[in-house]
Amino acid sequence: MEQKLSLNKKRTTKQWIQYSVIAAAIIALYLWTFIGIDIRWSRVFSERSIDNFGRVIPQLFSPDWSAFGKVMALMWQTLQMAYTGTLLAAILAIPFGFFAASNMVKSKALNTFSKWALDAIRAFPELVLALMFVAAIGPAPFAGVLAIAIGSIGMLGKLYCEVIESIDMNVVEALEANGANKLQVLFYGIIPQIIPEFLSYAIYRFEIDVRASTILGIIGAGGIGTLITIATQNRNWDEVGMILLVIVVVVTIIDTLSAMIRKRIV
Amino acid sequence: MMNNSLKVELYSKKAKRQMSLILIAIIGIYIYTSIATESSLFDFIDGWSGFERVAKDLFPPNWSYAPQVWEYLAETIQMAIIATTFAAICSVPIFLLSAANLFPNKWIHQPVRFMMNVLRTIPDILLAVIFVGIFGVGVFPGIMALFIFSLGILAKLMYETIESIDLNPLEAIRASGGNTLQVIWYAVLPQVLPQFVSFGLYVFEVNVRASVVLGFVGAGGIGLLLQQQVSFFNYPRVMTIIIIIFIAVVIIDYISNKIRERLV
Repeated sequence: MEQKLSLNKKRTTKQWIQYSVIAAAIIALYLWTFIGIDIRWSRVFSERSIDNFGRVIPQLFSPDWSAFGKVMALMWQTLQMAYTGTLLAAILAIPFGFFAASNMVKSKALNTFSKWALDAIRAFPELVLALMFVAAIGPAPFAGVLAIAIGSIGMLGKLYCEVIESIDMNVVEALEANGANKLQVLFYGIIPQIIPEFLSYAIYRFEIDVRASTILGIIGAGGIGTLITIATQNRNWDEVGMILLVIVVVVTIIDTLSAMIRKRIV
Repeated sequence: MMNNSLKVELYSKKAKRQMSLILIAIIGIYIYTSIATESSLFDFIDGWSGFERVAKDLFPPNWSYAPQVWEYLAETIQMAIIATTFAAICSVPIFLLSAANLFPNKWIHQPVRFMMNVLRTIPDILLAVIFVGIFGVGVFPGIMALFIFSLGILAKLMYETIESIDLNPLEAIRASGGNTLQVIWYAVLPQVLPQFVSFGLYVFEVNVRASVVLGFVGAGGIGLLLQQQVSFFNYPRVMTIIIIIFIAVVIIDYISNKIRERLV
């Protein structure tokens, strides 16, 4: 007797209905997407695009070394912006982390509110924040620093909160039982437990912020992005190639260094 | 009973000195960078009137403008859906090739990984700038930029997942004479499928956020409107756009998180 083994389990009617509803929703979503999207294919694959392709790509891969000094100077500014912004965020996120942690602040309302605020910050792309800061104080690196500082609070605050909620509370209780006051509990019971992870997350965020600050200049918020706009407007694609090369190399170095330091800390 | 109040220090002298040095270095570098980028507290006080002006102008948002925003919001989301879908499909061969437990040959998985690592360091908006330069203004360069960027993220997340799977089913199929394709189809894919869908949704979230700003460089989506209205100083309209972006991102994140929680 031949019996075919099937990997699929028998499905109940309820499951079938569930699957059909999900499938219908996905199909509807894709129909909406592909009917709604307006790609002008005639323009995408026009004579001009093919011409551009042949001109732009080779130039990107032959970087203009005469621009190296200029590019490095602005990359240096980018790193400075990322450092300033990340450090500000690393400090500003601490109160958020404590208020959001349910084992530190025994107020459900305050916990929820802080968590909600952190989620709200994370919903904004940094570039949108930067655009608003440029509108407020004009095109300057400071606008970028502020965008990085505010934008990073969301992620760091959330991670800090998780670290604080996972600490060993026995130490805290032991200190309290021995008559330590709030400040002593903080300095001897809580801070030693959280410092390594806080530092590690702040360094990790610095990696992300270096990447983020490379593009802030596109809307005038300082750093190497400023050069990207100028070079593309002048169609200096070999200079864009140089910028790309510098970004790829510097970001890779920062990532490697940061991973090494983080491995030592935690 | 003279010396019983012996004080025990929590940290050794050496550790204390080391920590103070690191702290001084961190603060020292901060002072330097904040002066170099003109971002100190004094600059903040100087710029205060600017913040106040913009913050006042942003309210109240102009809701009559909202209907015009929907169309661009839809375009933003559609771009993210298309880019994520194609990136998910195209990432399959890439992440399979970069998994060291499927292709132990160093000359296969190392070059593929290296290329993906390089791709991930290029910011998506910079890719968009290049594609706009080639294909002209429109949604296509935006989709291409998102596609390439997502490819890098998905490939990395997935090969790390594959390298942590249970190897016994693989060996069982190999031992009973299955070839590499059969091993992948029957032993690898069923194990990583939930993670694959989950990472796909995560990349979709990232892409929605990214496609919001692609319009700044002419690569389609809601960013175009945002930049236009900022340059016209029409702040009530800017606020409308910002609120709509905010609500859309929060809703998409929420739905995606709920699905991902159920999957993994």
